[in-house]
Amino acid sequence: MSEIHHDCCAHHSQHHELVIQNLSVSYRRVLALDQVSLATSCGHRVALIGPNGAGKSTLLKAIAGLVPREAGTIRWRGTAVKKWSREFAYLPQREEVDWSFPITVRGLVEMGRYPQTGWWRKFSRADAEAVDRAIDSLALNDLQNRQIRELSGGQQQRAFLARALAQEAHVLLLDEPFTGLDRNASHLLGDLLAKLALEGRLVIASHHDLNTVPHLFDETLVLATKPLGFGPVEEILTPELIARTFHEPIAH
Amino acid sequence: MDFELLSNPFYQRALAAAGFIGFANGFFSGFVVLRRNALSVSALSHTMLPGIALGIFLTGALSQWNAFLGALFAALLVGLGSVAVARGNRVEQGTALAVLYTAAFAAGIALLPKLDTRQELEHWLFGDIIAVGNTDLWIAFAIGTFTLLITNLLMRPILLTLFEPNVAAAQGVPVRMIQYLVFALLVLALVSSLQAVGCVLSVGLLVTPAATVSLLTDRTSALFWGGGLIGGVGSILAVLLSGKLGITPGPAIVIVLGLMFIAAYLFSPKYGLLAPKSR
Repeated sequence: MSEIHHDCCAHHSQHHELVIQNLSVSYRRVLALDQVSLATSCGHRVALIGPNGAGKSTLLKAIAGLVPREAGTIRWRGTAVKKWSREFAYLPQREEVDWSFPITVRGLVEMGRYPQTGWWRKFSRADAEAVDRAIDSLALNDLQNRQIRELSGGQQQRAFLARALAQEAHVLLLDEPFTGLDRNASHLLGDLLAKLALEGRLVIASHHDLNTVPHLFDETLVLATKPLGFGPVEEILTPELIARTFHEPIAH
Repeated sequence: MDFELLSNPFYQRALAAAGFIGFANGFFSGFVVLRRNALSVSALSHTMLPGIALGIFLTGALSQWNAFLGALFAALLVGLGSVAVARGNRVEQGTALAVLYTAAFAAGIALLPKLDTRQELEHWLFGDIIAVGNTDLWIAFAIGTFTLLITNLLMRPILLTLFEPNVAAAQGVPVRMIQYLVFALLVLALVSSLQAVGCVLSVGLLVTPAATVSLLTDRTSALFWGGGLIGGVGSILAVLLSGKLGITPGPAIVIVLGLMFIAAYLFSPKYGLLAPKSR
């Protein structure tokens, strides 16, 4: 389980960088993101924090190519990402998923292979092996034939992470992954994200619990439509910045 | 078995039509159940009435083609109209659909007395599978084959889209295109079942089969093929029974499918009401 087979930064001397410059997004002419920039690389866990409506989910969706960008660029490993990248995986908030959909955990993870298989190519042995590895590395072996509605919240999060791993994604974009998890499940997920980052993936997640940020993440972007600060958690999460971000109405 | 009835060409065509239409619609009902939009299907089916009425009103005659085209036109207009209204973010799509389809249905009812083909129009409301001609049979067969072909070819992106469109889009699935395609196929399926069960009852064929299967199994593929099987067999059975019992075939099809659903609801080994509670 601890074997590092990911071909991202682990073997390379140079870091794979995600560089976002002056990204702006509007919904019906209301600015949702205003010139957001950040630069980070594989191996990091980045928390997006900010008040409700600050654009955390929008930023994740913009990186994943789910909402049109108005301005700005996203570069991954030195090349511009036009719309979406196979190396990015998006994980929705748990309540947005239809958990009654008749699909097993393994079926869900197999969906991750779409970028490789396309519309109709048959599942190859390589595909099956990628699915096995993903299931293995998230310790879902005993659950793989369960219906997804029979999983606990933490297990559901892990199933979607496994789908992202089966896709061989390097950048994991998670929308409020810790919401609704109990202490124990939060702990487990936190450890998992740390492991994934250690293997060389880049984890970016929106997060609303300021107290747990230093424990779960190593970098943070404070957002209130505009970026208010980005960097290592201990440098950014100062009492002044928190007060400025959460106790002032968001200026438009 | 009544052999005299079976040798009747009308009856043979009716059985063939019931089998085709039942299978194709039953197969497609899998998508309706997965997409959890049975209510909007019901709305679309009612929309076909004013479409047919309008078709007759404009051309002055009732024929297969103007009825089909009218139904298709109205369903597309109301369906896409509701999507467009919902884009405004103020009115939810379900609400928009309810407003538009009741308004269209009302317009259709208002238009009815102005038509001198009211008698035949009843066939379109409730279906008349005994009157199925060779052309109708070919249309049903063509639509059914087309729907089966396209959905099987695109099963993977369709399932990804229906399950979680955002994750699918982030993987490069052309989600918007797939959603329009599924909608277009849905309208086609509705139109193809007009002859068999009519526009009011067509929802039954497009929802009940897969809903029944969903009580019996967790396998997604079974939802489609099992739905097709239940739809096809149930429809043929209903036409045979309707001859024996002297009830109209259209309603008989929907009744038989409804009874199968209730049986599954009661006796399904895993999810049935009467299933042993300890698994």
